Amino acid sequence: MADLLWLIPALPLAGFLALLLFGRRLAGRVPALVGCLSVGLSMAASFAAAAAFLGVAPPGRAVRKTICLWFEAGGLAPSFGFYLDGISILMVVVITVVAFLIHVYSADFMAADSSLPLTGDGEGYSRFFAYMNLFVGSMLVLVLADNLLLLYLGWEGVGLCSYLLIGFWYKDPANGRAAVKAFVVTRVGDASLAVGLFIIAWGLGTFDIQEAAARAARLWPEGSAIAIAAAALLLGGAVGKSAQLPLQTWLPDAMAGPTPVSALIHAATMVTAGVYLVGRTHALFALAPPVLTVVAAVGAATFLIAGASALVQRDIKRILAYSTMSQVGYMFCALGVGAWSAAFFHFMTHAFFKALLFMSAGVVIKALDNEHDIFKMGGLRTRLPSAYRGFLVGAASLAALPYLTAGFYSKEMILDALLTSPAGSPWLWAAGLLGAFLTALYAFRAVFVVFFGEGRGGALRQPSPLMGAPLFILSIFAIATGWLLPNGLAGPFLAGLFGALPAGAQGAGTTGPLAALAPPVVAIAGVVLAGLFYLALPRTRRALTGSAAGAAVHRFLFTGWGFDGLYASLFVTPFVRLAKVNRSDIIDAPYRAIGLIAEFSSRGLSLTQSGKVRWYAAAVAIGGAVFLGLAVLL
Amino acid sequence: MTGGGLLHVPFEHAMMFAGVLLLLGLAGVIARRDAIFILLSLEVMLNAAGLAFVLAAARFAAPDGQVMFLFVLAVAAAEVSIGLALVLWLYHYKRTIDIDKARDMRG
Amino acid sequence: MGNYAFYIPAAVAIAATFMVVTSRSAIHALLYLVVSLLAAAVVLLVFGAPFAAAMEVIIYAGAIMVLFVFVIMILGRGPHVRRPGPPPAAWIGPGILTAILAAELGWLEAGGGAVVGSAQVSPAAVGASLMGPYLLGVELASVLLLAGLVGAFHLGYRLGAKGTPGATDKAQKDGGGP
Repeated sequence: MADLLWLIPALPLAGFLALLLFGRRLAGRVPALVGCLSVGLSMAASFAAAAAFLGVAPPGRAVRKTICLWFEAGGLAPSFGFYLDGISILMVVVITVVAFLIHVYSADFMAADSSLPLTGDGEGYSRFFAYMNLFVGSMLVLVLADNLLLLYLGWEGVGLCSYLLIGFWYKDPANGRAAVKAFVVTRVGDASLAVGLFIIAWGLGTFDIQEAAARAARLWPEGSAIAIAAAALLLGGAVGKSAQLPLQTWLPDAMAGPTPVSALIHAATMVTAGVYLVGRTHALFALAPPVLTVVAAVGAATFLIAGASALVQRDIKRILAYSTMSQVGYMFCALGVGAWSAAFFHFMTHAFFKALLFMSAGVVIKALDNEHDIFKMGGLRTRLPSAYRGFLVGAASLAALPYLTAGFYSKEMILDALLTSPAGSPWLWAAGLLGAFLTALYAFRAVFVVFFGEGRGGALRQPSPLMGAPLFILSIFAIATGWLLPNGLAGPFLAGLFGALPAGAQGAGTTGPLAALAPPVVAIAGVVLAGLFYLALPRTRRALTGSAAGAAVHRFLFTGWGFDGLYASLFVTPFVRLAKVNRSDIIDAPYRAIGLIAEFSSRGLSLTQSGKVRWYAAAVAIGGAVFLGLAVLL
Repeated sequence: MTGGGLLHVPFEHAMMFAGVLLLLGLAGVIARRDAIFILLSLEVMLNAAGLAFVLAAARFAAPDGQVMFLFVLAVAAAEVSIGLALVLWLYHYKRTIDIDKARDMRG
Repeated sequence: MGNYAFYIPAAVAIAATFMVVTSRSAIHALLYLVVSLLAAAVVLLVFGAPFAAAMEVIIYAGAIMVLFVFVIMILGRGPHVRRPGPPPAAWIGPGILTAILAAELGWLEAGGGAVVGSAQVSPAAVGASLMGPYLLGVELASVLLLAGLVGAFHLGYRLGAKGTPGATDKAQKDGGGP
């Protein structure tokens, strides 16, 4: 099994190469076939690996496979190697399953006969699948890497693909700007990550993750400055990629990309790369408790801010974007209090229901001829039943409707940990409950506004089976995977999966009845309030938002708590002003001066070429006199 | 000429003799304007150089100096023939042999 | 007698060379140069280099100077050739330069008690040296002379063909050389 590990990332990358080289020549749907096939085979390989892994517990609960040495310099010798343990198995399976379903969905979604603007004559079809395959390949490299440098390679790869895919419809400059914004903001995080990598390599002398963990435990005392620095810098990178505070501003704008892109990259996989990073290097974070506190704080702040912002958005994809931000915040918070398993369990359920939500929204958008504003939709319950069902299941799971949905179990696990873990606190738990309430509220706000109420117009084109089947499958996952809890149906299965993580605060649920009841109550309360505001009492809602205070709050939340404006005035405006001041490029002046000096001296020296032979002879004689003079004097 | 121990000239004097001839030729090259005079002065310089070779070798009674002198002579001969042909060409083009008028390659 | 055998011809040579450089007429300068060369030949003879002295007279004074005579004759006509020499002021620069160089040379030469005698180096010894260690140089010199021959011929041929004043004969190469 270890020998075949390389197939998992290699298959999508091979698909990328094939599409890169031959994509233009493939007719019709063949590029989609290539794309789906490569990811599908990778998915099969990951299933095989998971089965083998769970069947025979390998020593140390992990499998390593080194392909070859990358380079060797200065004592560091990173290799192209893969490391398979509980976390990576989980991530690989989830990534490949979700990616495969989204690829199948995109085969019809991105087709040239759709109403969505492709770039010209449909040439974007193969380009889309090429980029998507590259993305999946990079993400798998990231997740399977056994050393930080290879991880960083995958990290950068997914960042590149994010840029390429956000700006997929490049003819509209606004998309390009959104792509650049995403890239630049995550770049800040990447820089932080790189410096963190340097510190680890310099301080511990290795990039290998397990080796670094062992050495760090030996060499770096808990709470030491270097451990805190390294962990904080790694956190900086995670925060950027996962769109958490303070680097979260790019995610809402990233919705400019096609809906499958939003589903895959900005919901299920890339934004969870930060969660994976923190989880993978948890040994390092364990040595820096202050940083873990920051992780929890960042997560909590993000899920509250994002949840509030999602409440007032009009664009259906922006609602889902803020929702993603919020849910990833939950994962970070769980990591911060040491509930590793809870965080990754939530990652799994979130991947399923968020992809489901995005794909359902995609069906709506496509059917309504690229309409994104939820207040221009309505009554789609009867007109797009498959989308309604998918979105409803997804929203239910997102809102953590009790006992029925997977989202409930994972969120409950996190909330338990926030309360019971040694690093948790009742305040965090209360914040988590508030966040859950907001989540339910905005999720069902979307459901009610889009699918209920009065519809307009006649019958709409229904989604094709290629788009409908993934919705159906994901709906099942969004419900059923909740029962994979340790004390649920698949106890030993999960134990095998999460055995790699430290004991942390795996939800044992030994809390009082209040704590057990609170999450379901809160979720249902959110749904009810959403129903009240948007279905039953619209006038009350309009009165609230129409008042002066209400409108101000509304505006504030709409802009995502004003972070864009804050960053614009803090960073962008001074920088632009500085660039204007430096329009003539002051730093270039010495280089231009070199040219000017050369020109000047050339002109001066050319005066000596008078053309007079006697001058030349005299010059020779003077030179001779000078040198003989030197011989005399020295 | 009878040789023998009758002659004991300090070496510096011999070298200075050649040196003075050389410098006179150099002054002539720099100061005169006619191409013919410049070539004549060049010949003076070449002659002086050859003399220096022979006189230096004579200090050790070695034939090498005279050999070098022969080579210098060959060089002077070749140079003079070409140089004079060029002077004739200069006259043909510029109607003068004033070397200061031949400065087309300035700048 | 002794050292005067050297100093007198040396003085003559220097004086003649001085006249070469400062004379106004080309022919006068040429004749002074011949004198200088002959004096130099005497010096060479005094120092026991008869072969070099002979070569000096035959080749230098005999062929090269004749070449100069021919060219001066070709260019002889016309007032533009017979012009007054450089004004005395023109000698200031070269004079200073020469003085500096002479002083430096003198400084460098000073010291050492080396003495040059008049030991004879026979032509036979020179010949043996030429045919021995310096054989390559001889060949190269002949190639050089060939180059001079071809060059002079080429230049003179075109000159003759264009019918320049007085260029009735091709410029001839000197006949000397080993």
